[in-house]
Amino acid sequence: MDVSQKDTQDPLGALPIITPGYSYASITDKLTALVLTKNTPAAWFAFMAVGFTLLMGLMMSLGYLLVKGIGIWGNNIPVGWAFDIINFVWWIGIGHAGTLISAILLLFKQDWRTSINRFAEAMTLFAVACALLFPLFHTGRPWLAVYWLLPYPNVMGLWPNFRSPLIWDVFAVSTYGSVSLLFWYIGLIPDLATFRDKAAKPIVKKIYGVLAMGWRGSARHWYRYETAYLILAGLSTPLVLSVHTVVSFDFAVSNLPGWHATIFPPYFVAGAVYAGFAMVLTLAIPLRAIYKLHDFITMRHLENMAKVTLVTGLIVVYGYVCEAFFGWYSGSLYEREMLRLRIFDGYYPWAYPTLLVCNFLVPQLLWIKKFRRNITVLFTVAMFVNVGMWLERFVIIVTSLSQDFLPASWAIYSPTRWDFMTFFGTIGLFTTLMFLFVRILPMISIFEMRTLLPEAATKSKPEGESH
Amino acid sequence: MTYADIRTRLASPTTPDGPAYWRSLDELANTEEFQDFVAREFPSQASEFNDPAGRRQFLKLMGASLALAGVSACTRQPEELIVPYVRQPEEVIPGRPIFFATSMTAGGFGMPLLAENHLGRPTKLEGNPQHPASLGATDIFGQAAVLGLYDPDRSRTLRYRGDTKTWAGFTTALQAVLNTQKALSGAGLRILTEPLTSPTLVEQLQTLLTAMPGAKWHQWDAVYGTVQGGAPTAMPLYQFKNADVVVSLDADFLGFGPASVRYTKDFSSRRRIGTPKDQQNRLYVVEPVPTLTGTKAAHRLAVKARDVHSIAAALASALGVAAPASGTLSAPVQKVLPVLAKDLMDHRGRSLVVAGPHQPASVHALARAMNEALGNVGTTVVYTAPVAATPADGAASLSALVADMNASKVDVLLILGGNPVFTAPGDIGFSDALAKVGTRIHLGLYYDETADLCDWHVPEAHFLESWGDARAFDGTITFQQPLIAPLYDGRQAVELLSALNGTPGRTPVELVKDYWTRAFATGGLIDASGPPFGTVDAFWRAALHDGFVASTSLMREGATLPAAPANSSFEEAAVSATGLELVFRPDPTVLDGRYANNGWLQELPKPISRLTWDNVVYVSYTTAEANHLKNEDVIEITSHGRTVKMPVWVMPGTADDVLVVHFGYGRRKAGRVGSNIGADPFVIRTAQAPWFTEGASFVRTGETHTLASTQSHFAMEGRNPVRIVDAAAYQADPTIVKHMGHTPDPDLSLYPPREYNGNKWGMAIDLNACTGCGVCIAACVAENNIPVVGKDQVKRSREMHWLRLDTYFEGDPASPTGTYHQPLPCQQCENAPCEVVCPVAATVHSDEGLNDMVYNRCVGTRYCSNNCPYKVRRFNFMLYSDFTTPELKAQRNPDVTIRSRGVMEKCTYCVQRINHARIDAKTAERPIADGEIQTACQQACPAEAIVFGDLNMPDSQVSKLAAQDRNYGLLEDLGSRPRTTYLAVVRNPNPALPSETSAGTKNSGH
Repeated sequence: MDVSQKDTQDPLGALPIITPGYSYASITDKLTALVLTKNTPAAWFAFMAVGFTLLMGLMMSLGYLLVKGIGIWGNNIPVGWAFDIINFVWWIGIGHAGTLISAILLLFKQDWRTSINRFAEAMTLFAVACALLFPLFHTGRPWLAVYWLLPYPNVMGLWPNFRSPLIWDVFAVSTYGSVSLLFWYIGLIPDLATFRDKAAKPIVKKIYGVLAMGWRGSARHWYRYETAYLILAGLSTPLVLSVHTVVSFDFAVSNLPGWHATIFPPYFVAGAVYAGFAMVLTLAIPLRAIYKLHDFITMRHLENMAKVTLVTGLIVVYGYVCEAFFGWYSGSLYEREMLRLRIFDGYYPWAYPTLLVCNFLVPQLLWIKKFRRNITVLFTVAMFVNVGMWLERFVIIVTSLSQDFLPASWAIYSPTRWDFMTFFGTIGLFTTLMFLFVRILPMISIFEMRTLLPEAATKSKPEGESH
Repeated sequence: MTYADIRTRLASPTTPDGPAYWRSLDELANTEEFQDFVAREFPSQASEFNDPAGRRQFLKLMGASLALAGVSACTRQPEELIVPYVRQPEEVIPGRPIFFATSMTAGGFGMPLLAENHLGRPTKLEGNPQHPASLGATDIFGQAAVLGLYDPDRSRTLRYRGDTKTWAGFTTALQAVLNTQKALSGAGLRILTEPLTSPTLVEQLQTLLTAMPGAKWHQWDAVYGTVQGGAPTAMPLYQFKNADVVVSLDADFLGFGPASVRYTKDFSSRRRIGTPKDQQNRLYVVEPVPTLTGTKAAHRLAVKARDVHSIAAALASALGVAAPASGTLSAPVQKVLPVLAKDLMDHRGRSLVVAGPHQPASVHALARAMNEALGNVGTTVVYTAPVAATPADGAASLSALVADMNASKVDVLLILGGNPVFTAPGDIGFSDALAKVGTRIHLGLYYDETADLCDWHVPEAHFLESWGDARAFDGTITFQQPLIAPLYDGRQAVELLSALNGTPGRTPVELVKDYWTRAFATGGLIDASGPPFGTVDAFWRAALHDGFVASTSLMREGATLPAAPANSSFEEAAVSATGLELVFRPDPTVLDGRYANNGWLQELPKPISRLTWDNVVYVSYTTAEANHLKNEDVIEITSHGRTVKMPVWVMPGTADDVLVVHFGYGRRKAGRVGSNIGADPFVIRTAQAPWFTEGASFVRTGETHTLASTQSHFAMEGRNPVRIVDAAAYQADPTIVKHMGHTPDPDLSLYPPREYNGNKWGMAIDLNACTGCGVCIAACVAENNIPVVGKDQVKRSREMHWLRLDTYFEGDPASPTGTYHQPLPCQQCENAPCEVVCPVAATVHSDEGLNDMVYNRCVGTRYCSNNCPYKVRRFNFMLYSDFTTPELKAQRNPDVTIRSRGVMEKCTYCVQRINHARIDAKTAERPIADGEIQTACQQACPAEAIVFGDLNMPDSQVSKLAAQDRNYGLLEDLGSRPRTTYLAVVRNPNPALPSETSAGTKNSGH
């Protein structure tokens, strides 16, 4: 069976998921060389420089925040949450794609996921790390919030308020974060062992050796590995749905018009996957170019991701329609007025149309195959979606809060430079972590790529064929 | 010159006492050698030393450090025994405040107060419940005055041309000056005071003027003591309780002046209706500026200030008074006037025409004639001789003084209080004239603009540090007693005048008591219950205890009033000219700038506009549209050849083609809070026309000035937060208010209703009575240690007021048909949305139904605020409470936590007061009685619009209000079940006038 045969078997398309002509050894060599032997590309330094600068900005803004209080941001009464929670939800949403790709697509046996799952998982972890900064630092007293939100026995006999969605958040996000980390790390172990074996310098060998936890590649290892990986995939799958559902409860459980909506859980999950895939595209396209990974991250991958983006995007738009419909159908004056103010003549009349352009109009380009296979269009659409999904949270959080029940308490919110510095700072943190990751760890799963080769076809699907 | 030289020179001062020491240092510093020395030794300061302004600062620092070095090195601490409390002083119980009756003054009139004193520190002021001018309530200044006591920027030292001097040095210098003046029988002596009613001070001044007949006493007060077009001859005292129909001719009797507290009490008693059948009063208001009184009107005519006279004349004619011709009146006025006249005729003896203090004497004369024609005198109004002892026309008095100063007739000017350099009208050139006076002496609380231009500045004692007396607006003798020894070595006017009268060294208490001992001897001082006091000590004790002498009130039943002088003549009404009219008003919270350094008053939203920290020009919607003006646009106003730049605020309800200029800002030397904010329009004010003038023009400058308003949206947007019905509709269907919103079935919840077996606290706020004065906010700030956040933070919508006052306009913004006020504290919901969402359980429900806030537990997620439909929670975005200024620490209420950064806070129904009452009740083994607990807002409210109490007690006042037909819960359709409920506004328009509003038929709920 050759590669072209494999492709024709694939009902989804004719593009290969790995460019023909690779062997086990050449895959291993090419992917290990990225970290171990080849010179670091200049673009890496450029991205790191930008990311690290922004990260320093984050450090500065958080430092100032701890000294002065969150008053350095633009939050006010009534807009108690603004950039802080927008950014939190945005990052958590981005984190979704990684787990979805690794877990759900694994269970659905979508082998095209293989070349993107590793860095998508890393992306998840880093996005969750960025996200976690916000709920912690946005509190008035983070030094207390850091442990008072956890249920721990104490002499005061005080527990957190389990009725509060913020406590549910703590459990949901921390579970998600830890399972994602485990999943990612377990997936890394065989590749870390490959690095150990390929590394020339003793110190590097040692480090990868410790991280590989004694992986020898024996059949028993592989058996246990596959079992553990599958179990974690099974565990992660509900988490993909649960974490953003719980995050959406922060809003849906409240009584605020614009927040208090039953559509929120599915709408948020779809939005998260949407945002996540857009971010994977945003990362994959430049990485592919910098590291010349066109053979492993093929047009097929990009096109598949574009399709997922389109579908989830449409679900999100369905969410908008539902929101509007139920706002009207509720018959509640506050809900109807909220919609009117949000869409037409509230304090932020630019936000909702821009959101529709970013999240609804522009992604419709992806219906057309030509655009799905055009790198520039894909990247542009992905950027639009990134912006659009951030705006979506802005619209939900800020416009709803700034004009709620009593007209006398309405007030406009405007962010300060520290808001922007913190936000771009987390982008810096994310970029820095991402580029550190591609520099020291295999950004594409080497051993799983090997299973994509035609000669591995029987081995790669042991359950499917032997049972 | 070396250090050793300096030391030698310092070690041998010419005289051994303090003042000489300071002078010698000054002399030393002026030598060339010393300047060289400084330049060499401190190169960085040398330039500053040569600069005259910096040099003073440098010398102060140098002097202070040298003096301190000297003190520590050369003197031993004297051995003084200190003794701790072994036995507690009688009545002083830590944790229990003691209240003392005292008073402050407004325009010279006594404003009676009770000062709460915690272990020797006054922390809060309340109204004196027995005093006829207060009946327990205060105005905003009464609430905020306590902050002024602890103001760290108050003047602390007696100064001569900027240098520190002693009182002894001052009296010596004063004596020298006085001796010269005695020879001239005082021809060169002038005294400038604020309006005075204090019997002691007036007697002292009269003694002085008798001894030196050439001396003159002038009076100036930019706010209270100045009139335009002559002062009315007689003083009216109104009985709003008896008035069914009230007409206000540019009189803001509810919002302005020393009588406003009492008048609000009386007026609101006719608005707090119990049943739909209760008769309300009906108020007609004619005014150029939207005022609190105007917001309570059933019919309001926004006219130019100069047109008020012709309207008064026309109305008088319609009532059969021989009034001058009124000229042509505008169509809306012509429509209302006959109806108004008929309404007045129908209520003979039960109606009232009130003329405002900014209107000329002839309007007052017309009002008096109308009241006489309507038979109101004796029932709703009495006319009496003015209570104030000073000439009523301050601007004329000040102009005369300036003329004398310019003619170099004034050798010595004594300015007792006030800040005339800042507040004097711009056209008379007070500051320039002041420079021509030989010796200028200033007594004042602050080293202000006036102090800066005077030779001598004597720091004045705050009224809470002072002995004194005054008459209230109704003539009641009201006393002042100190709550604390002067914090900053302040002196009182009585001391200064005593020194001037040749008896320096007498203490204020001696002086005041001495006057009253002599006054007692003349007889006539009788007890509240009737008989004369037995002894002078009994009188003095009773007077200080009560804070006033009840028998001296002219509003008392059976009081004998000094005969009112004859009415002044009517003048021809001015022919209404077209064009712009400039109207001057004091800023509603800082007045003429005297409260500029009071952060509470700066941040207290101004009535109706809800602005803070700035003064503005009000223009009407139509005028703004015609001139393409919008809020925050800066315009340059030119009047009488002088200009001022001020920001515009488009204020619905302002008369068209009127610029309402608020003065009181633009202080240059107010202190850290009040300096250099806002604009100073005193420059365009004139002594001839201090309140309104024609011939002004303005241009747009293209600049903008950021304004911080606590409210950004003034329309109700169909949500009916304030429910409004017409009296007729309410009488026809008493359930109409309940039907204006949807109340969910309380059994809708799956959970059983929570039982409250003990006390069940609740509050009811009568929006029909509320005048929107904002004293509730000021009282809340004072009681609950609420921090001041500053303009920038207010602009960011982060003000910390636990209680806010929402204002809503109704109708077309060009001519609003109604303005409504809604005080909004925490609603203490039974199903509180804030409680469920707090992740750390920092806001929890008490078994008495309070929604408690646990500051210690709060981590500051702000989720509670997001979920609060009323948005009454306040968050410490930064460290707003002042933890560092030592003076301010003494002011704080020890019963209330000072909140730190990062925690949420909100109204607690004054839980500290509840707890005090509970302890008392438990000790006495009795239940807490109704009315025993008053929240701070309730206590201060002159309209008695706020009632707090136990909803489990069926006959408590609050239960009765909760059971009223016009009671409703705000946003109760959300199911939050607020414990604070509102009583709807019932408008009382004249049925003969076409309804200007759809109120009463509007119905958004079901």
